[in-house]
Amino acid sequence: MIGLLPDRLYRDRRIAWAAFGVLAVLLIALPFLVEAGLGRTWVRILDFAMLYVMLALGLNIVVGFAGLLDLGYVAFYAVGAYFYAILASPQFGLHLPFWALLPMGAGIACLFGVLLGAPTLRLRGDYLAIVTLGFGEIIRIFLNNLNAPVNVTNGPQGINMIDPVRIGGHALTRPIEILGVQISGPHAHYYLFLGLTLLVIFAAIRLQHSRIGRAWAAIREDEVAAEAMGIHTRNVKLLAFAMGATFGGLGGGLFAAFQGFVSPESFTLMESIMILCMVVLGGMGHIPGVILGAVLLTMLPEALRYVGPLQQELIGRVAVDPSDLRMLLFGVALVLVMLFRPQGLWPSSMRARELRPDNPDQVRQEQESLYDAER
Amino acid sequence: MTPSAERDGGGGGEPLLAARAVTKRFGGLTALSEVSLTVQVGEIVGLIGPNGAGKTTLFNCFTGLYHPSAGTVHLEGRPLAGLKPHAVAALGLARTFQNIRLFANMSVLENVMVGRHVRTRAGVLGAVLRGPRTRAEERSIRERSLDLLDGVGLGGRADQLARHLPYGDQRRLEIARALATEPKLLALDEPAAGMNHTETAALKGLLETIRGRGVTLLLIEHDVRLMMDLCDRVAVLDYGRKIADGPPEQVQRDPAVIEAYLGAGAA
Repeated sequence: MIGLLPDRLYRDRRIAWAAFGVLAVLLIALPFLVEAGLGRTWVRILDFAMLYVMLALGLNIVVGFAGLLDLGYVAFYAVGAYFYAILASPQFGLHLPFWALLPMGAGIACLFGVLLGAPTLRLRGDYLAIVTLGFGEIIRIFLNNLNAPVNVTNGPQGINMIDPVRIGGHALTRPIEILGVQISGPHAHYYLFLGLTLLVIFAAIRLQHSRIGRAWAAIREDEVAAEAMGIHTRNVKLLAFAMGATFGGLGGGLFAAFQGFVSPESFTLMESIMILCMVVLGGMGHIPGVILGAVLLTMLPEALRYVGPLQQELIGRVAVDPSDLRMLLFGVALVLVMLFRPQGLWPSSMRARELRPDNPDQVRQEQESLYDAER
Repeated sequence: MTPSAERDGGGGGEPLLAARAVTKRFGGLTALSEVSLTVQVGEIVGLIGPNGAGKTTLFNCFTGLYHPSAGTVHLEGRPLAGLKPHAVAALGLARTFQNIRLFANMSVLENVMVGRHVRTRAGVLGAVLRGPRTRAEERSIRERSLDLLDGVGLGGRADQLARHLPYGDQRRLEIARALATEPKLLALDEPAAGMNHTETAALKGLLETIRGRGVTLLLIEHDVRLMMDLCDRVAVLDYGRKIADGPPEQVQRDPAVIEAYLGAGAA
């Protein structure tokens, strides 16, 4: 993947292909290595990491590329998840095929992105953040209360027994033996998610380096100038929202099918913030960074679960509950990143320069542009 | 107003830009009061006036950033009323900004490539699939942008961040970016501000080259010598009113202009 290797290696095609091959083998073997080393639970966690990579890349289009702060991103995830859940579960007795519903769910989420974006995108910065936050909550509360008068979402109980992904009649949740290798549900889902994640990464990279991607960046840099240069800023921002929402809806459908159960609890504000943190922590606008952020922030909280038993072992009791510790450490980690690496853990080379003013001239320029912004 | 009415007042031929009695009020303040201005195809027209005279406000009224409280603006006979800036740019009126507004954290080349947006088509599907047409378009965007950078003398700096350019280069980059939109009329807001003599002389050459390529120029500038050397016609604003309009030598001698600049009694 782009950015994983130094430029020098890129120029040598053979080395690049070799590295690509090694990476591919690693990615294919990963669930087996993880299962051998850490157990089956971690394969599931790996699946979730893939899911969050997709979500984070979707949000990265909105926040990282176009510079629009969206605090209600999880709403699109919820739309995708519930769309699949309602049409492929005993809730209405409908069992439409996964492969038809998945793109439709992404499409519906895209539509919601446009619906939310159309009236709100004239707002900027903090105001946009507040409105999107409200939208996220509205969707969640709707899902929570849409069990009467007609029971659509089954309210807080959520929808259960959602159809699993089927590939050629085989439910992905069931173990299967291929060429003498036992493939469990989580393993199979890993490969499915990996494939889709690679597609999402591909689309995100292509978008970033396109006419549209440049228009997004221009809007992020200076909306007035972008508009004056002939960019239809409202439509282009709407496009960013719609693309982000599409990825969110895709993730939602996968989540519902993988989990077999959805409830409004999965789509809280905390979830939106979590995904935003993945984007910011990894390196806003930089695709490899965002992937890293998503993987790290999915894995770390799970790793913290071991802190409980560890305390039991060491001091004979659980002094600090790991779930309390999780939020604490999370907060500390964010503050540390803000202080010492505001550009994110793995920023693009450009963004790294941008947040590290290296000469007085540049500092002066920044102050000037701040002054301009206020005028 | 009809274009034909304007034709009688202008210097022959349909004017490229025709502003008729443009008034702009901000609350109780009248920033522009019935300003009329025409720009003919191929002209270089200068707009001068003391600070706060309303020059930039007039520019903003032309480019859709502001909407005039009264009066009309036509570009090639088409009314600009109610159009947003991107639509004005699409019609062929591009501008630069007094307080440089580059895309600071994009490369010099990318800044110009953004200017090509309005003349190109590739959408999301094209971007993701990157078929032959998109690839050809992308290639032409890049080549055209590099040409424009060469044209303003920034060819060697294509990969730098725009913010790292020296001041004068930033101004020229703004011109290249505006030219990338293929304007018929290029409106420059103080292009020589902050430049030294050598840079200003080079700028003059550049602007003449641009005019030679068929782009009409309207510019705000404080450098009187540059204006006198460069412009075919100069209009003077003072307190939101147009007080003079004519060839530079004539405007220079106009008592009203001298009074505006030096105060009453100086004339």
